[in-house]
Amino acid sequence: MAIELTLNGEAISLEADPDMPLLWAIRDLAGLTGTKYGCGKALCGACNVHMDGQVVRSCVLPVSAAAGRQVTTIEGLTEDGDHPVQVAWRKLNVAQCGYCQSGQIMSAVALLERVPQPSDADIDAAMSGNICRCGTYTRIRKAIHEAAEDLS
Amino acid sequence: MSDLRLINRREFLKRTGQASGGLVLALSFTTACGPAGREPAGGGTVSVAPNVYVNVRNDGIVEIYCHRSEMGQGIRTCLPQVIADEMEADWDRIELIQALGDEKYGDQNTDGSTSIRNQFDLLRNAGATAREMLIAAAAASWDVPAGECVARKHQVHHEPSGRSAGYGELVDAATELEPPTEAAFKSRDDYRYIGKPMDTIDGLAFTTGKASYGIDTVLPDMLYASIERCPAFGGTVASLDDTAALAVPGVTAVFRLPDPTTPLLFNIQGGVAVVADNTWVAQKGREALQIEWDRGANGDHNSVTYREALQESVTAAGKPVLTRGDVNAAFEAADRVHEAVYYAPYLSQAPMEPPAAVARMTDDGGCEIWACTQNPQAAQDTVAQMLGLDKQQVRVNVTLLGGGFGRKSKPDFIAEAAWLARETQRPVKVTWTREDDIRHGYFHSVSAQFLKAGLDENGKATSLLHRTCFPSIGSTFDPNATGPGGFELDLGFLDNPYRFDSMQLETADAKAHLRIGWLRSVCNVFHAFAGCGFVDELAYLAGEDPKDHLLKLLGEPRMVDPSADGGQYTNYGHSLDKHPIDTGRISAVVEKVADMAGWGRVLPAGHGLGIAVHRSFLSTVGTVAQVSVDSSARIVVHEIWTAIDAGTTINPDRVTSQMEGAAIFGMSLALHGEITTREGGVVQGNYDTYPVVRMSEAPDAIHVHVMESTAPPGGVGEPGVPPVAPAIVNAYFAASGKRIRELPLRNAGLT
Repeated sequence: MAIELTLNGEAISLEADPDMPLLWAIRDLAGLTGTKYGCGKALCGACNVHMDGQVVRSCVLPVSAAAGRQVTTIEGLTEDGDHPVQVAWRKLNVAQCGYCQSGQIMSAVALLERVPQPSDADIDAAMSGNICRCGTYTRIRKAIHEAAEDLS
Repeated sequence: MSDLRLINRREFLKRTGQASGGLVLALSFTTACGPAGREPAGGGTVSVAPNVYVNVRNDGIVEIYCHRSEMGQGIRTCLPQVIADEMEADWDRIELIQALGDEKYGDQNTDGSTSIRNQFDLLRNAGATAREMLIAAAAASWDVPAGECVARKHQVHHEPSGRSAGYGELVDAATELEPPTEAAFKSRDDYRYIGKPMDTIDGLAFTTGKASYGIDTVLPDMLYASIERCPAFGGTVASLDDTAALAVPGVTAVFRLPDPTTPLLFNIQGGVAVVADNTWVAQKGREALQIEWDRGANGDHNSVTYREALQESVTAAGKPVLTRGDVNAAFEAADRVHEAVYYAPYLSQAPMEPPAAVARMTDDGGCEIWACTQNPQAAQDTVAQMLGLDKQQVRVNVTLLGGGFGRKSKPDFIAEAAWLARETQRPVKVTWTREDDIRHGYFHSVSAQFLKAGLDENGKATSLLHRTCFPSIGSTFDPNATGPGGFELDLGFLDNPYRFDSMQLETADAKAHLRIGWLRSVCNVFHAFAGCGFVDELAYLAGEDPKDHLLKLLGEPRMVDPSADGGQYTNYGHSLDKHPIDTGRISAVVEKVADMAGWGRVLPAGHGLGIAVHRSFLSTVGTVAQVSVDSSARIVVHEIWTAIDAGTTINPDRVTSQMEGAAIFGMSLALHGEITTREGGVVQGNYDTYPVVRMSEAPDAIHVHVMESTAPPGGVGEPGVPPVAPAIVNAYFAASGKRIRELPLRNAGLT
């Protein structure tokens, strides 16, 4: 069936089984591959996107649940990659393989919208759903503080 | 001229898929000769390729070919740092191109922390010969001696006449020249990029979702496949009913894959593939398959009973592989002996991007691949053999890797995609699920280690027996492999640097029942866990501070040569002259990391510091961990300090990031990592049952020091991992008085 939603500011219609996870609709049907598959079970955060401003795990969210909603992926966060979180990520060379970082950045952006000056404990609580197998956690903490300063 | 191949742009693009201006020369690096190219009449730009790694365009851009795979270690930044530095290219005017799999590049197997340690000179030579060729071109066009010209930041200057020309301007003249095969390297003092913390070259792509991994490849008309495999390694399909799977809308076909070969090598391990219009439908169709398996020879493999077998094997007499003095006589004469058995389980690499590959058959009968592979030439070999093609007919495009850790050096998942592409005559993407990755990979060996020391009347250990037992990676290549052997004994075993009067190293048999393969640091993981843990035990038995004891056991600076005691040691493929086992350098690392951690300071109640040092991949890493145990028996790693002596380093920030990552990787295997088996199949399946460290468990800080050194470069990607688990276990002992000899710690009642 046709499912209508707004993806990165653009109204689109996806011909999909309503049970298809939003992740695969974004990747295979809409053709945006910045959102990653990591576990398929809401365990790792690689698939995190924003829906109506909230972080959601697109790998377990049926695409039908996104009908009529505003979905933002890493590609839609900014035009040029100049969100303070993205800038801080580059300044501190956070990424190693980079694969999980779309999801990390989407989580971090949502955290800073909710808690503009987060403590380490706030960061740990908000970011522990995002696994990084390369182990960039200590740089992510620093980068979030850096972005928070930039945003303030 | 014999090795010069002049190819036009169209041919070049066809061969390499890499955009490039005008005429390009593909040269054999070592035998390049003859005029290096000139644009024929009629449009387009001109370029000149002094060697296979560099192509200079007349628009002034220097193309650098990265022939190694990027999986987070930073080689796509470090490799051009070396080439650009040697050739005096401007960092802002280079264009990095990921090379195809091709023998012309030499070794491309991005494994064993080899990119810099084995190829530093090759990369420097690529840059230096390019630089000399441009100097020669300038000298020829100005009719001045080349010796009067210098290259500086993308230009050649002739100081006496004050003339200068940009690299792009020199391309035409360079095409008349024979590329040199050797050139003098720059002096270390003149480095612009080597040794500097250059930003990650893919930083923008990584932070905007534009970075493309194996799983991200999309081709027109592509099908998507998901594969159900036998739970037990080596098993086969007994019966298959695919009716329900084929009834799922969007499923186009179901294929029974070829049964596993013996030895398995990197070939397809059997299974049933569902091919569909998209990934999710393929997975849904797969869930509807009705398969009965013949679990085969490993169908009763159970890791609990296997552990008992390993323990039995490791405590029985072994096969000596290094003998210094007579340990048995030493044990007889000792005041007392101390014995311990260490155990570490199977592990899965579990990179965030699971194995994924796209393949298509080409009009000329070849096969083209896009994949997150650490080893594109092995992919060529495996696919060529399977499809009956020549290696050159298999074109492997290397994408970024969403982590590798050794998993992606085995191209079995690429073979699956290629086989399905041939069957369907359509492009096919194979995407492993996380469960596929954790259950059907090439596993890090489970291991039991037996150690025994003879102590004198003061409690000081003077003799050591260390026996190692694990199913060998060799079993993947030789079904008759019976246990540890070959290069595996190089990995933190034969190179024991400690000064025992008598020492015997032995192996004990263990038959493999899973696919065994490399995981970051390989056998160094369990050899260091047991070795560094046992040395810590000996410190307490001697009544000494663990750090002081380590230094005493290392002794005065000396070069260790395992072959002096009959060990067949190959030192990661390098001579001991170039890369010695130097106890002075190892001790310096111990001193440094202890100093960083404030070793000996008063700690909060319930806290402990632990230290471990380990040489691997020609580098030495010392690690100190500060841990505590809370009231619910949860172990907390508060801080980690790491010092690394990797000889000459290219990018200190990437070395630092590798040490930070290694600390987390080492924590994951220390605290959580465990693969178990039942009825031949892996019990775990995802990050819930195979947990890895998350942000909430990450230390408050990971402090890294890169030792200043002018020694030849050692490895960086792996050497940080081995000392982490023993440092944590030793810290736990310091905090609690309880010695832990098995991983993961959650099995010792600690979570």
